[in-house]
Amino acid sequence: MTAHVLSDTGTLTGRSLRHILRSPDTIITTAITPIALLLLFVYVLGGAINTGTGESYINYMLPGILLITIASGIAYTAYRLFLDMQGGIFERFQSMPISRPSVLWAHVLTSLIANLASLVIVIGVALIMGFRTGASVVDWLAAAGILVLFTLALSWVAVMPGLTAKTIDGASGFSYPLIFLPFISSAFVPTDSMPGPVAWFAENQPVTSIVNTLRGLFAQQPVGNDIWIALAWCVGLLVVAYVAATAIYRKKIS
Amino acid sequence: MTTQTREPAISVRAVTKSYQDLHVLRGVDFDVAAGSIFALLGSNGAGKTTLVRILSTLLKADSGSASVHGFDVSSVPADVRRSISLTGQFAAVDGVLTGRENLVLIAKLRHQRNPGAIADDLLARFSLTEAGNRRAATYSGGMRRRLDIAMSLVGKPPVVFLDEPTTGLDPQARIEVWQTVKQLAKDGTTILLTTQYLDEAEQLADRIAILHKGTIIQHGTLAELRQLLPSAKVEYVEKQPTLEDVFLALVGGSSDTTDEAAIPAGEESR
Repeated sequence: MTAHVLSDTGTLTGRSLRHILRSPDTIITTAITPIALLLLFVYVLGGAINTGTGESYINYMLPGILLITIASGIAYTAYRLFLDMQGGIFERFQSMPISRPSVLWAHVLTSLIANLASLVIVIGVALIMGFRTGASVVDWLAAAGILVLFTLALSWVAVMPGLTAKTIDGASGFSYPLIFLPFISSAFVPTDSMPGPVAWFAENQPVTSIVNTLRGLFAQQPVGNDIWIALAWCVGLLVVAYVAATAIYRKKIS
Repeated sequence: MTTQTREPAISVRAVTKSYQDLHVLRGVDFDVAAGSIFALLGSNGAGKTTLVRILSTLLKADSGSASVHGFDVSSVPADVRRSISLTGQFAAVDGVLTGRENLVLIAKLRHQRNPGAIADDLLARFSLTEAGNRRAATYSGGMRRRLDIAMSLVGKPPVVFLDEPTTGLDPQARIEVWQTVKQLAKDGTTILLTTQYLDEAEQLADRIAILHKGTIIQHGTLAELRQLLPSAKVEYVEKQPTLEDVFLALVGGSSDTTDEAAIPAGEESR
């Protein structure tokens, strides 16, 4: 049975991707909020924000916007899994001789692909609005790697409400705090402008290290320790979310 | 799928299942002979679906044992899953995919060679060829249920569970499902179906078990069950056509429903 993990995951991922291709609005709506924030911060608020760097403001805040894109995209991951649970197709799969982890992996991989598509749209809009980077291929790969890890981690987080929620709102509502998290970080304003306890939280939460790493990579500046802290956060969150989600899944199907 | 057993295809012994204080199954016993149709008759809440979920490895029994196609459901669930298919109470088709894509998906997941040919064959058998390239969400309730049953037959599982296969269907669609079930049994498939309709059990089943408040209170063939009551009295009653007779006569039988209008299924079945 385990011999089929890859082919079953491939088949089921193909199914979910087809869902997205038939309603591409989920990719676009995922990108709309971040793009609106991009416009708001660059053209309305940005002029009054002093980042203390020589960077243009869009270069400064794009990394935070990318994380917001992922945080809003994974709401659909939970939503799609929830619909499968409700519709009876989940039980049909469970009563079939297919590899059991494949059902979840298909949703996670679909989430990854859909979120990457949304990120490409947001970066495209940012380029039109004046985002510029001299990042090398290696810098881009490093940035993409961190974004992929972050998406995988949050996708496994999204699996939990997807499996357990009782209503659609419950399945997708968990993402709001995640969307909000970048606002209390270095994503939009430097953390040293915040009052003590807030600044402490901002400096020690995962978004700041990830944002600082991405910003450094795009600006071709040394990323120092930030990249290791960012990686530790992403991998740590990924492992914890994966273990917790699969535990919930096993409990659900046994 | 090569093990030809003459022992019962389904065997259930003293199965119990409770949710906290709610005793859904209180010791259920029965056997289903290979190649027969067995109807589990009971009102809503009698425990029919719980029993089907246990037999199809979706749920674990609290005590007792059950085997399907010679495999114990709790110790070798993977072997059970290879031998069965389940058609749930609420048609589990993927509404975003077309009918054909649904069948191809299941064929791939059952690791069949040539999924496309299997899908085309089943579409033809279930009069869905024309609708095959439309999204399943646009199907009528009857078409959806036919697709659902067709999906259950991919890979020719020897045991098929049909959980209330005709609930929510109109009379014509019901008759079509009945014909399909009869044909399946003729081809040697063992079928366990649950139903709350007495006439459905009467029409289809070789043996009938009545599940009431978590136990089988009676089982046997239709003739055996009839003998439980005092012998038939002869009464003279004017034979009125039933409303079903009238309805079917007016709309023209059951054979020309292959091109049902595309009514979203949700509107009819709720």
